[in-house]
Amino acid sequence: MIKARKLAYEYIRRDEEGNVEGIIRALDGVDLDVKRGDFVAILGHNGSGKSTIAKEINAILEPTEGTLYVDGIDVSNGEKVWEVRQTAGLVFQNPDNQIVASVVEEDVAFGPENLGVPTDEIHKRVDYALERVEMTSYRKSSPNALSGGQKQRVAIAGILAMKPKCIVLDEPTAMLDPGGRKEVIRTLHELNKNEGITILLITHYMTEVKDADKVIVMDDGKIVMQGTPKQVFSRVDELKAHHLDVPQVTELAYELKKGGINLPDGILTNKEFVDALLGQR
Amino acid sequence: MLRDITIGQYYPAKSVIHRLDPRVKLFATLIFIVSMFLFKTFVGYIVAGIALITVIKMSKVPFKFIVKGLKTIWMLLCFTLIFNVILTDGTILFEWKFIKISIEGIRNAIFMGFRLFFLIIGSSLMTLTTTPNQLTDGMETGLRGLKKIKIPVHEMAMMMSIALRFIPILMEETDKIMKAQSARGADFEEGKLMERIRALVPIFVPLFISAFRRANDLAMAMEARCYRGDNNRTRMNPLKYKKEDGLAYLSLVLYVAILIVADRTLGPIAESPITKLSTSLSAMVHIFNCL
Amino acid sequence: MLYLDNVNYIYQMGTAMEMHALNNVSLEIPDGQFIGIIGHTGSGKSTLIQHFNGLVKPTSGTIYYNGRDIWDEDFSKKELRTKVGLVFQYPEYQLFETTVVKDVEFGPKNMKLDKLECQLRTFGALKTVGIGEELYDASPFELSGGQKRRVAIAGVLAMQPDVLVLDEPTAGLDPRGRDEILEAIFRIKQERNITVILVSHSMEDVARFVDRLIVMDHGSVRFDGTPKEVFAHYKELEEIGLAAPEVTYLTAELIEKGLPLPNVATTVEEAKEMIMRFYKH
Repeated sequence: MIKARKLAYEYIRRDEEGNVEGIIRALDGVDLDVKRGDFVAILGHNGSGKSTIAKEINAILEPTEGTLYVDGIDVSNGEKVWEVRQTAGLVFQNPDNQIVASVVEEDVAFGPENLGVPTDEIHKRVDYALERVEMTSYRKSSPNALSGGQKQRVAIAGILAMKPKCIVLDEPTAMLDPGGRKEVIRTLHELNKNEGITILLITHYMTEVKDADKVIVMDDGKIVMQGTPKQVFSRVDELKAHHLDVPQVTELAYELKKGGINLPDGILTNKEFVDALLGQR
Repeated sequence: MLRDITIGQYYPAKSVIHRLDPRVKLFATLIFIVSMFLFKTFVGYIVAGIALITVIKMSKVPFKFIVKGLKTIWMLLCFTLIFNVILTDGTILFEWKFIKISIEGIRNAIFMGFRLFFLIIGSSLMTLTTTPNQLTDGMETGLRGLKKIKIPVHEMAMMMSIALRFIPILMEETDKIMKAQSARGADFEEGKLMERIRALVPIFVPLFISAFRRANDLAMAMEARCYRGDNNRTRMNPLKYKKEDGLAYLSLVLYVAILIVADRTLGPIAESPITKLSTSLSAMVHIFNCL
Repeated sequence: MLYLDNVNYIYQMGTAMEMHALNNVSLEIPDGQFIGIIGHTGSGKSTLIQHFNGLVKPTSGTIYYNGRDIWDEDFSKKELRTKVGLVFQYPEYQLFETTVVKDVEFGPKNMKLDKLECQLRTFGALKTVGIGEELYDASPFELSGGQKRRVAIAGVLAMQPDVLVLDEPTAGLDPRGRDEILEAIFRIKQERNITVILVSHSMEDVARFVDRLIVMDHGSVRFDGTPKEVFAHYKELEEIGLAAPEVTYLTAELIEKGLPLPNVATTVEEAKEMIMRFYKH
């Protein structure tokens, strides 16, 4: 679905007079493979380059070096920009700043309208998209009357109505409360499972990536760790060195192990922990 | 406080007025505004008032909600009233220094007040029953002809709809920034004019920065959703005239006709007792003054 | 010391949108406490803290600051706001000056202090929140998210309040930014020994720091006690859309399965200690 080789992005930082202060390499030789139907999470603190990847996949930023293919389309090919954006939809962090219309269903229709989809088909797609994110009953509401989690689900519906094969989400939960966060993550898993849509979730909340197929950790524009959640979360010290958290259960298991209790690596759920610990006796 | 402003806000409800084609509503609002200047007697006010009340009833927007939107322009209304009272010559009822209050002045003020009140309610009724998107759709389709002479109708319509979407958000934000700066000891109520103007800097700078940030984010989000102007763009709800739209146009013509006819024929008759009353009143005032 | 006596606040009274945002809230906040306030979105916690410094007038009830009714006519609201410092959510959005120092000085200058005192307080506040001298003349808009927020907190701290209220100070930050803020808050508490009130969505964060936890629900105080006491009600918390820290559930499950731990834990350190003590014997 997504294939990147030696991907790099540089931008020039200028001071107030416009003199070049330095060149910042936001992405530095990234190789990335996302398989169709996968749920992949990218973790990293702010400035690690994870948002830059999202923007390159959506052809908002053009790679400085390297190649990037989305469903076989080269994102640097200027003529295919719209095709790329339709294939891999992008959801942003701030729910308010990505909703265009003042009525939920009109906003969901915005994408298909831009793509020139016929009227009847737009209606079908809007119905479908709102259904999938469980926002059908709010279709006539104003976005301002919704909670953060609901707004973000409307934003997802807006992308869904463009019939993408893949959805990239750039910290979609950063501005939400815990309830909203859960709603959004649950919606993403459902889309992945039931609709077969490839999900690339960029986040800094570790608890959200427990159920991903693959976790990628970025720092300094590079991929520094990757693997299944279990593999990645078993390296607690390393994660902490990259300024990331681990779920409390994982941290506790790790600490106990250091204290001499024999527990397996990368415990992610309470059940695993309880079974492993009680198995000790 | 700032959140209470209802002008330019949509009130969702299921009514005939909500269902009407936005082009009809735009045109009707325009005609209604013009009609305010077509009559001279108070019969005209009654006709316009009845028309307005009928439409409000049909729209299912609570009257209270509409009036709440007037709060912000209360000042304007008061000014108009006061100026009308003071600046109209006529039989003087009361005099204090340079302020003269005349019977005609009071009459004018009342009428002018009603005219303004009708105008504002009429136009806010349009925005209350039409989503900003429909409204801009209406403008876009209604003014499509102007595209030929290189007027960017679509872009203007899009800008308007985005502005309308973000007005409530920015209002709320202003409210919040004001509170936050008050929490840091900022004072917006005291001081001389210059100080007060300077006190606004801590509000406007963050507000502008935030507006720019939002604009930037939104532009990116729109691009991500394949927005490229009106090239090849379709609509979920393309505008099509329906039967009720035809009826609406018909009622509009009827309204103007009734208004003019009633004003010209019934107006003078109905007016005469009032004129008599005010003449006798001014006579009384004269006598009183003489005494 | 702050004292709230039967405070009620009703939004948009007399309209269809009337809402009882605060319902008979009585609270005593003695000097020097470190308090956490939790509650889901719309539980009234933001309204509550705006009552503390007189930004919102209660519909009924009285608020006393050091024994005086803050809505008394001769009570200076302006002075109260310097005594009860309130840091709003996303406070970096309120920065407006050209340099960090000038922005922080805004508060002290509004207090009409002399120049030297303004500077002293500004530098002191910046030091406490961990902003180094090299950033004093930088534009606040060039800083990282976490730095901006610390500058904004310094802006309130520079007024030298006796009570510092922070509304979700870590919202939207990555783990590193969050840790910086929490460290800064902890340092404020230590260095200045003032009352700190922390409104938060993160149970893990409040469990780590505060000595008293107030749980808001539907405009009322639902629980008020030490984190340990409050989180022992983890089942009830769940009913009102909140959750205890993950580790609380974990230890509860262990106890249920027969591990004789003394009580449920609220932090990872505590859980580790308990389990280690048990397994060492």
